[in-house]
Amino acid sequence: MSLTLLFFVLLLLSATGFYMGRAAAVGASATTQRPLHSLSSFYGWYVLLWCGIPAMMVYVVWIALEGPIVELLVARTMPEAAATGNMGLALSEMRNIAAGITPPGAASAETLRAVEHYKWLSTIAGAALWVVALAAGVMGLAFARGRVSPELRARNSVERVLEIFFLIASVIAILTTIGILLSLIFETVAFFLQVSPIEFLFSTAWSPMLAIRPDQVGASGSFGAVPLFLGTMLIASIAMLTAVPIGLMTAVYMTEYAPKVVRAWGKPILEILAGIPTVVFGFFAALTVAPAIRDFGALIGLEIAAQSALAAGIVMGLMLIPFVSSLSDDVINAVPQSMRDGSYALGATKSETTMRVLLPAALPGIMASVILAFSKALGETMIVVMAAGIAANTTLNPLESVTTVTVNISALLTGEAEFDSPKTLAAFALGFVLFVVTLALNLVALKVVQRYREQYE
Amino acid sequence: MDAKQMDAIKPAQFPASADASPAKMAVKVACRDVNVHYGTKHALKGVGIDIRERQVTAFIGPSGCGKSTFLRCLNRMNDTVASARVTGSILLGGQDIYDPKIDVVQLRARVGMVFQKPNPFPKSIYENIVYGPRIHGLASTKAEFDEIVERSLRGAALWDEVKDRLNEPGTGLSGGQQQRLCIARAIAVSPEVILMDEPCSALDPIATAHVETLIDELRENFTIVIVTHNMQQAARVSQRTAFFHLGTLVEEDDTAAIFTNPRDERTQGYITGRYG
Repeated sequence: MSLTLLFFVLLLLSATGFYMGRAAAVGASATTQRPLHSLSSFYGWYVLLWCGIPAMMVYVVWIALEGPIVELLVARTMPEAAATGNMGLALSEMRNIAAGITPPGAASAETLRAVEHYKWLSTIAGAALWVVALAAGVMGLAFARGRVSPELRARNSVERVLEIFFLIASVIAILTTIGILLSLIFETVAFFLQVSPIEFLFSTAWSPMLAIRPDQVGASGSFGAVPLFLGTMLIASIAMLTAVPIGLMTAVYMTEYAPKVVRAWGKPILEILAGIPTVVFGFFAALTVAPAIRDFGALIGLEIAAQSALAAGIVMGLMLIPFVSSLSDDVINAVPQSMRDGSYALGATKSETTMRVLLPAALPGIMASVILAFSKALGETMIVVMAAGIAANTTLNPLESVTTVTVNISALLTGEAEFDSPKTLAAFALGFVLFVVTLALNLVALKVVQRYREQYE
Repeated sequence: MDAKQMDAIKPAQFPASADASPAKMAVKVACRDVNVHYGTKHALKGVGIDIRERQVTAFIGPSGCGKSTFLRCLNRMNDTVASARVTGSILLGGQDIYDPKIDVVQLRARVGMVFQKPNPFPKSIYENIVYGPRIHGLASTKAEFDEIVERSLRGAALWDEVKDRLNEPGTGLSGGQQQRLCIARAIAVSPEVILMDEPCSALDPIATAHVETLIDELRENFTIVIVTHNMQQAARVSQRTAFFHLGTLVEEDDTAAIFTNPRDERTQGYITGRYG
């Protein structure tokens, strides 16, 4: 509670710094009859940043380090726990008593003494934080306030601080990506230490259930991921065969043929389609499309599974239409009108102009939209679980039930699992393969675009 | 067009000024009472003019006077503007181009167009030229297409400069070369009339001189209509000149007559630089 209060006090102090800095700058300019280098508000920001940044840094670092340091000090006073090697347990008992979660009744004398010591240290630490943080803020404020003069280049200083903020923001994004990638790689390596990569990449037997009893039937734990890769590719391909032609033709209609009114209503409606949760598409696939496909198959004498790759793929394709159409629409629209005029003036019809001039010119953007859609297709889970099943069949027949990489990742990591068993680690290996495939696709697309791009200006 | 068809067309509203004048040439495009509305704006008011065969007719006038609008009526490019409405009659070789029976695709094969800013397609030089012939099925073998490309580029005085790099992108040429490529692209489908909408306004003086020389050569085989802001250019390249002002055709005459002895004082004012 007092931490929250301190936070707001520091904010208030910084805000005061803003007004002081601004007033000081205006006052200095008036008394010395010299014009300010920057707008007066920049002097305010200058003092605010000098006050707020040191104080907040103290605040954040203190909060991060306070707990561990206090516990380290407390642990020194507990020789009995240290002797038995149960320090972790003793400390958590001590914390719980201090917080009033467990009654102190059953605790040993040493623990009770430690509790008192802990409380006392915490109080001191809290008070010290107030003093140090406020001191940092006030010193920063005083220093900056003292430097304010009409010649001070406050605007440039503020600019530099902002640049650092932007840098930090982008570093966070990049480091997160690298962190995720590294954790994927480490867990994958751990998996391959237990299961041979050859088996994983080339065997067709997927049954990740490990035997609990030695005599258990059918729980040998084999990790041949081929059926998952095939299933993923099959469903993603069906989805792309649905989404790309429909999405592209939608984009062409919207940009080249549709009257203004249709476009004004059609585009937003398409974008709503992109906002429907995939689980809704999932039950649409499972309850409407899959039975319809099965019934149609029965009509023409085809045996189709109740859960089929076809149903999942088609519905996934429908889901992806707006991703293709919206981006393609933008890039086709961005092709200069002079290209259309040149083509029309030669007697080309709208469709000839579209096929021969607009689509080639818009190719990079269209490729980007297709890649985006494909990545989404590879990563989609809900629709597949509900409409295509979880049976790991090694097949390219779209009428059968298949399963995908992402479905199995979620199946492997739900429920009880040990973190070092191959069953759990297999999920990371699958994720890593998915990542590599997506990356490769992006690189290929980039090359294709560079090669076939028709650049207008 | 033969003499009988010619007689069928009423004479233009302006009489020919002199016996040996370019007005003696056969009429290629006969326009009567052409009006254009953009939504509620009356952009072109009752224009009547005869555009004669195998000569260059220049449209001059201040910005917004309707000269480009009128030019775009001649190949129905105004069709692509949703709010545009065109009335009146425009006869190309005696045939009403706004007749519902006329296919606009075929019309545009007969009336080519070159735009203000060079707009080659982002394709190779070769592909730029064969674009029209492909659409209209003018050739089928590679040899025939090659022949069209060479003839068109020679016709546009560009062949010697690009013959060794036909597979390079047309957008990589200089501005003047791009504009001549666009002219080559237009003549590749062997049109009867070529419309040029300020074809030199985006070019430097040397490129402009090239294109002007080319226009003069093209007159031998094509009927040319050129819109220009540059009165020296109109005087240099055209045989007939029409002056537009505020959506009306003020005066149309032999170029020499317009520039030496205009009948209307608005024309006089414009060419002497009093406004526009």
